[in-house]
Amino acid sequence: MDTSEDILQQAAPGLIPGSGTARAAKPTRLSPSFISWLQAGPMMLVFLAFFLIPLVFVVIVSFWDYNEYQLLPAFSGRGYTDTFEGCIAQLPDLCTIAKTYLKTLKLCFLVWAITLFIGFWVAYFLAFHVKSKTWQMGLSLLCTIPFWTSNVIRMIAWIPLLGRNGLVNSGLMKTGLINQPVEWLLFSEFSVVLALVHLFTFFMVVPIFNSMIRIDKSLIEAAYDAGATGFQTLTNVIIPLAKPGIVIGSIFVITIVMGDFITIGVMGGQQIAAAGKIIETRVNALQFPAAAANAVILLVITFLIITMMSRIVDIKKEL
Amino acid sequence: MTETTKKTGVSRRTLLKSTAGLAGLAAGSGAITGFPYVMSAEPKVLRYLGTAVNEGDDISKQCLKDTGIKIEYITATTDDVTKRVMTQPNSFDVLDIEYFSLKKIVPSGNILALDAKKIKEFDNITPVFTKGETPGGKKIGGQGTAPWKVLYLEGKDSKKFATSATEFVTLIPTVYNADTLGIRPDIIKRPISSWAELLNPEFKGKASILNIPSIGIMDAAMVVEATGKYKYADKGNMTKEEIDLTMKVMTEAKKAGQFRAFWKDFNESVNLMASGETVIQSMWSPAVTKVRSMGIACTFQPLKEGYRSWASGFCVSKGVSGPKLDWAYEFVNWFLSGYAGAYLNRQGYYSAVLSTAKANMEPYEWAYWMEGKPAEKDIKAPDGSLLEKAGSVRDGGSYEDRMGGVACWNAVMDENDYMVRKWNEFIAA
Repeated sequence: MDTSEDILQQAAPGLIPGSGTARAAKPTRLSPSFISWLQAGPMMLVFLAFFLIPLVFVVIVSFWDYNEYQLLPAFSGRGYTDTFEGCIAQLPDLCTIAKTYLKTLKLCFLVWAITLFIGFWVAYFLAFHVKSKTWQMGLSLLCTIPFWTSNVIRMIAWIPLLGRNGLVNSGLMKTGLINQPVEWLLFSEFSVVLALVHLFTFFMVVPIFNSMIRIDKSLIEAAYDAGATGFQTLTNVIIPLAKPGIVIGSIFVITIVMGDFITIGVMGGQQIAAAGKIIETRVNALQFPAAAANAVILLVITFLIITMMSRIVDIKKEL
Repeated sequence: MTETTKKTGVSRRTLLKSTAGLAGLAAGSGAITGFPYVMSAEPKVLRYLGTAVNEGDDISKQCLKDTGIKIEYITATTDDVTKRVMTQPNSFDVLDIEYFSLKKIVPSGNILALDAKKIKEFDNITPVFTKGETPGGKKIGGQGTAPWKVLYLEGKDSKKFATSATEFVTLIPTVYNADTLGIRPDIIKRPISSWAELLNPEFKGKASILNIPSIGIMDAAMVVEATGKYKYADKGNMTKEEIDLTMKVMTEAKKAGQFRAFWKDFNESVNLMASGETVIQSMWSPAVTKVRSMGIACTFQPLKEGYRSWASGFCVSKGVSGPKLDWAYEFVNWFLSGYAGAYLNRQGYYSAVLSTAKANMEPYEWAYWMEGKPAEKDIKAPDGSLLEKAGSVRDGGSYEDRMGGVACWNAVMDENDYMVRKWNEFIAA
């Protein structure tokens, strides 16, 4: 922040309209804080109009009442109470809604752990093993190839591969490894996690690579000189310095997976519940307040996870 | 100088743009009415909101040729169509929707009842809709939201369904069908005759139903009744206890691994069946035809407990008036005049006015599709591709047999809200 303001002040006379006009008798300089507001303004307006205001509406609507065909703008907690109906009576058994959120968290955790593991090593390879800048560039571009087609196509492409009569099963049958098609390959938690990992690993690779590439190579050399093993260098130098990238990548993956219902729907054969799916069904049944209530719950959970993560690493400081 | 000119130029352009935009918005929202001269000089355009069932390029082209009305299709899923009627009633002119949705949209006051007197073929509409019986006099099962229960309104602006015929019609029927289970006879290799087979452990991990709660629960109810576990007073309007019972049966089956997947749209059901992921599932007639046209054996299996039926039709948005309303009537009249009916019949659906559709079909086509007779010649789809070779017979037989065998109709229950919650629990179980 400091540096950017310095640069701005130096550049201001030429850049800021009004202040640098030679004809003006008294050069009126805009205060630096005003310039900062001016710069942040457009983004703030966009943020306000397309994020904050709709979000406030969602929260308000979540407290409205509803019937079959309309919203009733009267305060009501029905969206929330309906969601958790029978949960306390059912204890110690978990009710469906609790199970659904737990399932969502479980899928999210699995996807996060796997994408982090794969993403970290891909980024590590790109940052430290590929020496030439050209190759680094080329290989990271290679990582984006899957993004040349749409999400939906990449997801659906798994189906003929994993199906009962799919390529994997028929291959395994031919080699004689199995004599009955393996059924858990498709429409299962396995296929959901597989597709999500396939879709979102790239969101881990980029921020981690970005952090790693900025690590001063001389620090690694110093670690070796001081007698650290490869593993010690990794845990004491590289991972701490790559933390901002890890956290940013994690936030990407967690927020996307927590809200996902399309991938989970298609790859899970519509049999695996997810928080996003509940919202979709509610909206389709025209129960907007209940859908909004679920959206608020989901948002709070996701927000809590992200807050915990940013407790571990102060992203603002690290950036 | 240059600077000044430029400035005014820009501001004038912006001004023009924004005024034009505002005017457009106003016109689009229907706020500006009563410009008869301007309106009649414009091309006749109707925005047509519906599912893809009735929407064909051929239909809109023929309509333009015959009436000069240009149809702009807005295609959405059943749920989304209803949602749009509630939230953006001014975004369409003609609405194509299923009868069971009427219980939601009529009380919302967003649609305009049509005047039966202005519908030329109204008296020729099949008695399936008006009396609840086939032309041959077979009584049709009335459980669920049967069309004749919601066909009339008490008055022009009424939000209540009339119990006897009035001149105000909620939906002018266009298309309907009798649905049942689709099976893969090449894999099952034995006769299937009951809805109960859907939960037969023999098909463990190879069965599917559709994940649209208001339709899926009807299929579930057919299955529960077929297994002899329970007999419903009205499958289409269950009590909370009945919903609990139905979902309990289904949930137990799901936990035992009976279902391979659930499907939500036409293509999903085709893919499940064609790839052999499922061998028995609820299906729509044209989806079965599609699987068959891929060279894979698939039967739309008639079952002894009967069919679950659905029907859809046309009504008009509340915002439509003046000449646009006349075009809407003109369009509905054209739709019932035969071309569209024949087109739908050839896809395996049924048209609402049988006489005009018959006049637009070849006798051998009529005999195959409607009379359940073996095809004299090859049967072709509307696009000219081969559907069935000469000699084959339509699944389920004649119109009389199929529509006469209807046990219940797609429905919105009084306890719909509770049902949706329970359905969610079933999916999550």
